[in-house]
Amino acid sequence: MAIKNKKLNLKDKYQYLTRDMAWEPTYQKKEDIYPDEQFEGIKITDWSQWEDPFRLTMDAYWKYQAEKEKKLYAIFDAFAQNNGHQNITDARYVNALKLFLSGVSPLEYAAFQGYARVGRQFSGAGARVACQLQAIDELRHSQTQQHAMSHYNKHFNGLHDAAHQHDRIWFLSVPKSFFDDARSAGPFEFLTAISFSFEYVLTNLLFVPFMSGAAYNGDMATVTFGFSAQSDEARHMTLGLEVIKFILEQHEDNVPIIQRWIDKWFWRGFRLLSLVGMMMDYMLPNKVMSWAEAWEVYYEQNGGALFKDLERYGIRPPKYQDVANAAKNHVSHQAWGTFYQYSQATNFHTWMPEEEEMTWLSEKYPETFDKYYRARFEHWDKEQKEGRRFYNNTLPQLCQVCQIPVIFTEKDDPSVFSHRQIKHEGERYHFCSDGCCDIFKNEPEKYIQAWLPVHQIYQGNCGGADVATVVEKYYHINLGVDNMEYHGSPDHQRWLDIKGLKPLQSNSEKKTAA
Amino acid sequence: MSVNAISEYHAEPKDRVENFNGMQLLYVYWPKHLMFCAPFALLVAPDMTFGAFVDELLKPAAAGHPDSEKADFLNAQWLLNGEAFTPDPASTLIDSGIDHKSMLTVTTPGLEGIRGSAS
Repeated sequence: MAIKNKKLNLKDKYQYLTRDMAWEPTYQKKEDIYPDEQFEGIKITDWSQWEDPFRLTMDAYWKYQAEKEKKLYAIFDAFAQNNGHQNITDARYVNALKLFLSGVSPLEYAAFQGYARVGRQFSGAGARVACQLQAIDELRHSQTQQHAMSHYNKHFNGLHDAAHQHDRIWFLSVPKSFFDDARSAGPFEFLTAISFSFEYVLTNLLFVPFMSGAAYNGDMATVTFGFSAQSDEARHMTLGLEVIKFILEQHEDNVPIIQRWIDKWFWRGFRLLSLVGMMMDYMLPNKVMSWAEAWEVYYEQNGGALFKDLERYGIRPPKYQDVANAAKNHVSHQAWGTFYQYSQATNFHTWMPEEEEMTWLSEKYPETFDKYYRARFEHWDKEQKEGRRFYNNTLPQLCQVCQIPVIFTEKDDPSVFSHRQIKHEGERYHFCSDGCCDIFKNEPEKYIQAWLPVHQIYQGNCGGADVATVVEKYYHINLGVDNMEYHGSPDHQRWLDIKGLKPLQSNSEKKTAA
Repeated sequence: MSVNAISEYHAEPKDRVENFNGMQLLYVYWPKHLMFCAPFALLVAPDMTFGAFVDELLKPAAAGHPDSEKADFLNAQWLLNGEAFTPDPASTLIDSGIDHKSMLTVTTPGLEGIRGSAS
């Protein structure tokens, strides 16, 4: 190519560095070079219609990201040198970081792998480059998150082995299987799942709570990561919307396929976000907003406008959206109750809300908290204070699809579990909802292989037959040090020392240190 | 429907009864006692009697609940995989029709959970 001017404008540079890097193959067939592009049934008639609103090219990417990361790491250094961990609101907050580090950062890595793969699989050069750049973003995010939080590992327990734990701990199979499901799908489903349903529709419900939560709780390292990642996330969201519009505009046969994927990935994302809901309502000492409020703003309002916009393509809002909207007043309480009673097998501490937090919950959830959840929480609080901290001594039934225990209740009767069961080729399968049951029925071969942690423990594949052995040897959790009740834990004691407060003395508190 | 794949796709269920070393899975749901966050997943011997199952597995599982002492499980209302079921304490689980990954629901009338909140 002949370069006329020394300095190219953005449009030319984008053309040269993306589209012009591609060529029409002559001695190999296109479908042999891009073997995964056809089988999902998505029809692309003209890849040149792909629009990349950011027109980002590799040279600009390196320069811009390098500058951003230099600033980011300067702040991490300052945070560490100034013992930034001492300025957080309360050590209970660190448990939100443990959840993030073991539940979310590995997903960034999984996203990197996913985008690297699909960035090879599209025959359109614009889509390939966009996916490759996002792959690098995801890898950077995984790394920078770990670096942002590594300072806490020097001062608090439970942050020492997040990647190992992501592959093994029972509840981490929820985020892990979510991404495994997406990554083992075809490239177009992957983009619908991750770029559209997750990054575009639901990402605000993941990032805003964690990053605002960090800001509200004095965690400058994580806040700075959040700011640094913001420009990347904006790009990912824009890409997510462009992807879906591009596919829908290419061929009308794509509409029903995309609709089924939107239904599936909305539901899977909604279930996954239960973990974020409980983090917001229960793990942040200084609360940003309630989960229900976040759901109203980021899903009901923003998502409502989005699906109105997509109507002209023949796309309707996701199936079971009404169930998800009603569940906003329940899921955080149900999830926290679950982690509280299985805290002997989590990689973080749990606790019952203090009186003023209970009042906050009653105010934020006037229809549900006092009616359905307060009684059990007050009972557990009393038991703990009397030295009988409640732990569930059996294992829970898991949903075959989302892998969350069957903890959710019926939309029309929150006092009844929404359990579903079917028989498929002679085997029984159990689900948490119609949403998950439908996903199974659409692709049973995929989900009959699910690695369900409870069943794996019972099959003897997790290092031992008792909880203590599984937790310590297989999960790499220091039982009673990294997890269980927060009050009286080593983290709690250390926090009291940092703040110059008197260590706890009462017998009941001591006993709970296990 | 079935999976849309690039080549022939065959998969084996991961939780066949053969994988449980002679044991089988049994789930138990105690309605109105949602303090237990999900139905219990228990590992049981198929030739265990129903009475032994109640005494040795269900009662210890439910023991953390204040209603557990008042619960008369053997004389409660039972469902097996959603169908009405009358347990026989002397019969084995497998002879009672309780196969691998079956779900029992046991309702104890009059017990409504902590402070009547279905907790």
